[in-house]
Amino acid sequence: MSPISRGFRGRRRAPAGQEGRLPPGQYLTEDFPVLSAGPTPHTPLADWTFSITQGGATEQSWSWQEFRAVPSEDVTADIHCVTRWSKFDTRWRGVSVDTLLDQAGQDAPYVLAFCDGGYTTNLPIEDVTGGKAWVAFDYDGQPLEPEHGGPARLLVPHLYFWKSAKWVRGLALRDHDAPGFWETYGYHMYGDPWKEQRYAGD
Amino acid sequence: MDALDGNAIGGLLIDVFGAEMTAATGTCGACGDTGPVAGLVVYLKAPGTVVRCRICGNVLMVFVKAHGMTCVDLTGMARLDQPGAA
Amino acid sequence: MERTAVRGRLTWQAATVTGLTPETAAVVTITLDPPDWPGHQAGQHLDVRLTAEDGYVAERSYSIASAPGEPLAITVERLEDGEVSPYLTEELRAGDQLELRGPIGGYFVWKPADASPLTLLAGGSGIVPLRAILRDRLRTGSDVPARLLYSARTLPDVIYRDELGQHHDGVAVSYTLTRAQPPGWAGHTGRIDASLLADAAWPATAKPLAYVCGPTSFVETAAAGLVGLGYPPDRVKTERFGATGGH
Repeated sequence: MSPISRGFRGRRRAPAGQEGRLPPGQYLTEDFPVLSAGPTPHTPLADWTFSITQGGATEQSWSWQEFRAVPSEDVTADIHCVTRWSKFDTRWRGVSVDTLLDQAGQDAPYVLAFCDGGYTTNLPIEDVTGGKAWVAFDYDGQPLEPEHGGPARLLVPHLYFWKSAKWVRGLALRDHDAPGFWETYGYHMYGDPWKEQRYAGD
Repeated sequence: MDALDGNAIGGLLIDVFGAEMTAATGTCGACGDTGPVAGLVVYLKAPGTVVRCRICGNVLMVFVKAHGMTCVDLTGMARLDQPGAA
Repeated sequence: MERTAVRGRLTWQAATVTGLTPETAAVVTITLDPPDWPGHQAGQHLDVRLTAEDGYVAERSYSIASAPGEPLAITVERLEDGEVSPYLTEELRAGDQLELRGPIGGYFVWKPADASPLTLLAGGSGIVPLRAILRDRLRTGSDVPARLLYSARTLPDVIYRDELGQHHDGVAVSYTLTRAQPPGWAGHTGRIDASLLADAAWPATAKPLAYVCGPTSFVETAAAGLVGLGYPPDRVKTERFGATGGH
C-alpha cells in the first residue's frame, strides 16, 4: 500500500443524504472534465448529417436543419464516467433517440453509434429507447462545445459516460452486439455503473 | 485539449515493455510513417492511453489499466524497434 | 502486433522533501532525497504519485530540474485548476514524503559527450529540462556553444532568471515576452516565429542539436520553425507539456 501523502485531499463524496446517488467507486466533481481518445473534430454544420443505417444502407438521414426541426426536450441527469468522476444534475437539450428511430421505422436488437474521428460504441436497443437516450446539442443552456462533443453527442446517462459518444453522426442497427472502441480495448460491453461494470469480465 | 507526445508515457512504457521505449522507433501500420515513440501523439485524458500516428492519426497503441494489470493493444503498430535494431 | 496484459516493473520510492524554493509567484522548486536514486541524465523526468487517505491516487510527470550529481530537484508550476500542482506548491512541507519513480526518458536527453552546438527553445515551464541541460553542461566542463531562446508571458514569469543571467562563456540567452514587457524592454516580444528563430537559434550549417520543450502549441510552432530553417527533423528533439504546464 502506498504511503499516504500528508494533506492531500481525496475527492468529494456525495453530500450528506445523497450518498445513494453516487455509484460504487465514484467521486463527485463540480467541473466537467474533458476526456478524448483523439483530436477534436470540427465538422461544419453544412456538412453534418445524422443517419440511421442498417446493413450498410442508410434508412434515414437528417441534415443539421432537419435534425434541429425534430422535437427536442430538456434533460437533467447525473452522469458517471468510468474514470470515476460523477457529476450531478447536468442539463442538456436533445432529440430523443426514440423519435429518431420512430422516424426511421427500423428495428434491430443492437446499435453501434458511429462518430466523426472514428469513435464507436455499442448498445442494446433497449438502452437507447424508452426515454433513456438522446442526441444532445445543448449543454447547460448553451450549444454543446466541440471539446464536449459538439455539435451533437449521444447522451445515455444510465450507463458509463463512454457510451455517450461525442461527435455522434449516427446509429448503425445491428443483429449482433459487436464491441466499439473502448469495448475492443478492454472495457465492458454493457457498462452499468451501479453494477460497476467497468472492464470486460466485471 | 492538447495532445502530448510519447515522452509523457515513458514510465508506462517501462512498466509494459520492461525497458525505456521513448527512443524506440515505431512504424505506423496504416501509413508507414517511422519515427521515435517520443514523437507520437498521446492522449492521456481518456479511459485509456491512446497513442496515434502523427501523420495519419491511426491508433498505434492503446493501454488500459484494469484490475491491477495493463492491457496493451499494439495492433495498429506495424513495427516497434529498439534504438540500434536492424 | 498483439494484445496482452502485464504487471508493472518500474518501482516507486518515498523521497523526503528537503526544501521548497519559490522561483516565481506560481512556481516552486522542490528538492528531494530519495533513498535509492540511480542517477539520471539531463532532460529526463520522474513520475510523482499522491495517495489520499481514502485511497484516491493522482500521478503526474515532472522534468528533473537538477543536473546529474546535484541534489535531485523538480520545478513545479501551480495550475489554477490543477489537482496535484496546488498540493505540491502550497501544501507540501520539508520533511514530508513524496512518492516518485524514475528517472524516465531516453529520447529527450543530453549527453555531455555530444559535441553539437545546442539550440534550446523553452516555452513557459518548458525551461525546466533545458535548465538541467545547461547545468550539466557547466558541471561537466563542456564547451559546446549553446543558444537558449526562452518564451514567457511576462518577465516575472521567467523561471531561474538570475541563474540564466549568470551564463557567459558559450551560452547566449535571449527572451521573448509574449503578453507584457517592462518599460525599456530590449529583448524580443511576441510569439516565436521564423525571423526570431533566424536571429536567436544556431543556423542549420552549424549542425546543431535542438531541444524544444513547452506547451504543445509552442513546441509545434517552434519545432516547425527550426525545420523551416533547415534543421533535419531528427536533430530537433521535442517534449510537449499539457496546455498549461506538466503532464
